[in-house]
Amino acid sequence: MYRQIEENLRNTILLTASMTLLLLALGHLFGALLGAPLVGLVIGFLIAVMLTVVSYYHGSSILLAAVNAREIQKADDPQLFNVVEELSIAAGLPRPKIYLIDDPSPNAFAAGRDPEHAVVAITKGLREKLKRDELQGVMAHELAHIQNRDVLYMTMLAVMVGAIVLLADAYWRSLRSGAARGGSSRSRKGSQGQAWLIGLGLILAAVAPLLARIIQMAASRQREYLADATAALLTRYPEGLASALEKIAKDTEELRVPSRALQALFIVYPLQKQSSLDSLFDSHPPLEERIRRLRSMAGV
Amino acid sequence: MTAVGILLAVAVLLLLVWVLLYNRLIALRNRVENAWSQIDVQLKRRHDLIPNLVEVCKGYLKHEREVLENIAKARHQAISATSVSEKAAAENVLTSALRQLFAVAEAYPDLKANQNMLALQEELTSTENKISFARQHYNDSVMQYHQAIQQVPTNIVANMFAFRERAFFEIEDRTQREPVKVQF
Repeated sequence: MYRQIEENLRNTILLTASMTLLLLALGHLFGALLGAPLVGLVIGFLIAVMLTVVSYYHGSSILLAAVNAREIQKADDPQLFNVVEELSIAAGLPRPKIYLIDDPSPNAFAAGRDPEHAVVAITKGLREKLKRDELQGVMAHELAHIQNRDVLYMTMLAVMVGAIVLLADAYWRSLRSGAARGGSSRSRKGSQGQAWLIGLGLILAAVAPLLARIIQMAASRQREYLADATAALLTRYPEGLASALEKIAKDTEELRVPSRALQALFIVYPLQKQSSLDSLFDSHPPLEERIRRLRSMAGV
Repeated sequence: MTAVGILLAVAVLLLLVWVLLYNRLIALRNRVENAWSQIDVQLKRRHDLIPNLVEVCKGYLKHEREVLENIAKARHQAISATSVSEKAAAENVLTSALRQLFAVAEAYPDLKANQNMLALQEELTSTENKISFARQHYNDSVMQYHQAIQQVPTNIVANMFAFRERAFFEIEDRTQREPVKVQF
C-alpha cells in the first residue's frame, strides 16, 4: 500500500504541474499577442478567487444544509462515534464533527478546509448496511481525504480551471473585437511569426478549457485512489473498505444531490452507478477497479 | 550583481533552508512524543471502564468469580506498575484476563442480551482498538521521524542538534504474535 500511495502522489504532482503549465502557457501567449492590459480578465479572475474563498471557508455548512444532515453525538450512535474516534487516533488528527444524512441511498463524504474544521457525513442508508469493519473502512476513506488536504487541493484545481476558462474566453472576445477594428497596428515585419502565434493561440484557446477539465477529473480520480490507499494504511485492513464498496455497488438507489458541483466530495459518484464507460470526465474511478486495487494490497 | 551580493544571497537561502529543516525535525519529534502519551491515555481509559464491567457481570457470573477476580487483580497491577516494561507486561495480562471474561460470557445468554453489557462490550472493543491504533500511530510517527533523521539533507541538521532515534513499540509477549485459535 505504500507503493500505491507513492504512485498516487507522483501522479498528483504530474497533473498539477500540467495544469500549471497550461495556465502559464495560455497567460504568456495571450500576453504576447494582445499586449493591452486585460482589465476585464483581471476583474473576472478576482471574482473567481473571491467565490473560491467563500466556498473554502463556508463550504461545509453550505453542503451540510443542502443535503439535510444532522450532527450526531456519542449517545446517538456510539458505534459510529467510536469508529471515527479510533481512526482519528490512528491518523493523529483531531476528531471531526460527525453528521448523519437522512437519505436511503448509500454514500458518505468529508468536507472542511483543514483538519481542525473538518466534517464527515454518512447517509442513513449506508450506515444501516455496514458491519463495524466496513464502517471503519468507509470512515477511514473520508478521514484520508481530510488528512491529504483534498478539499484544499480540489479547490485550488478548480480555481486554475476557472482561470484557464476565463483566459480562453477573453482571447476569443479580443479576437472578435480586434477583427472589428481592423487588426493590430503592428508592422508587416513579423507577420509570418504572428500568423503562427495566432494559429497556436486559436488552437490552445479552443482546446485549453477542455484539457483543463480532463486534467481536473483525472486528478480527482487519483485523489480517490489515494484516499482508498491511505484508508487501508490507517486501518491496516483493506478488506473492510473493499467489502463496503462491494455492498455500495450492489445498491441501485441514487442520492438526491442538489447540484453536480458537489458530486466530487462523495465516496462514490452519486448519480451514475453502473457505467461501464470509463469516461475522461468521471470524478470517481470505477468501483470494480477500486475494489481490485484494495484487495491486491492484502499481502502487504 | 557583485560576487559579494551573490554570496550573501546564497547564504541567506541556505539559512532559510536550514531553519525549515530544523523546524520539520522538531515537529516530527513532538509528534512522536504526543503519540507516546496517547497510548497511556487509552490504557487509562481501559482501567476506568473495568469497574463498571465487573459490576454488570457480577450478578450473572456468580459461578465465575475467579475470572472477575483475575481482572480486578490485573487492573490493580497495571495501575500500580511504574517502569515501562512493567506497564507493558501488566497491560498484556489485563488483555488476556478480559479475553477470558468475554469467552466465558458466551455461555451466559442472559448476560449477553443485557443492554448495559452490550454497551460495555462496544466500549471495550473500541478501547482495545484505540490502544492498538495509538500504538500504530506511535510507530508510524517514529517511522516518519526516522526517515527525516536518516534522509539527506535533513540528516545533516539532525546530526548537528543530536536528534536521536526512538524505539518502535513492539509486542514483547511472544504469545500475542500467534493467531488466536478459533475452535467450534
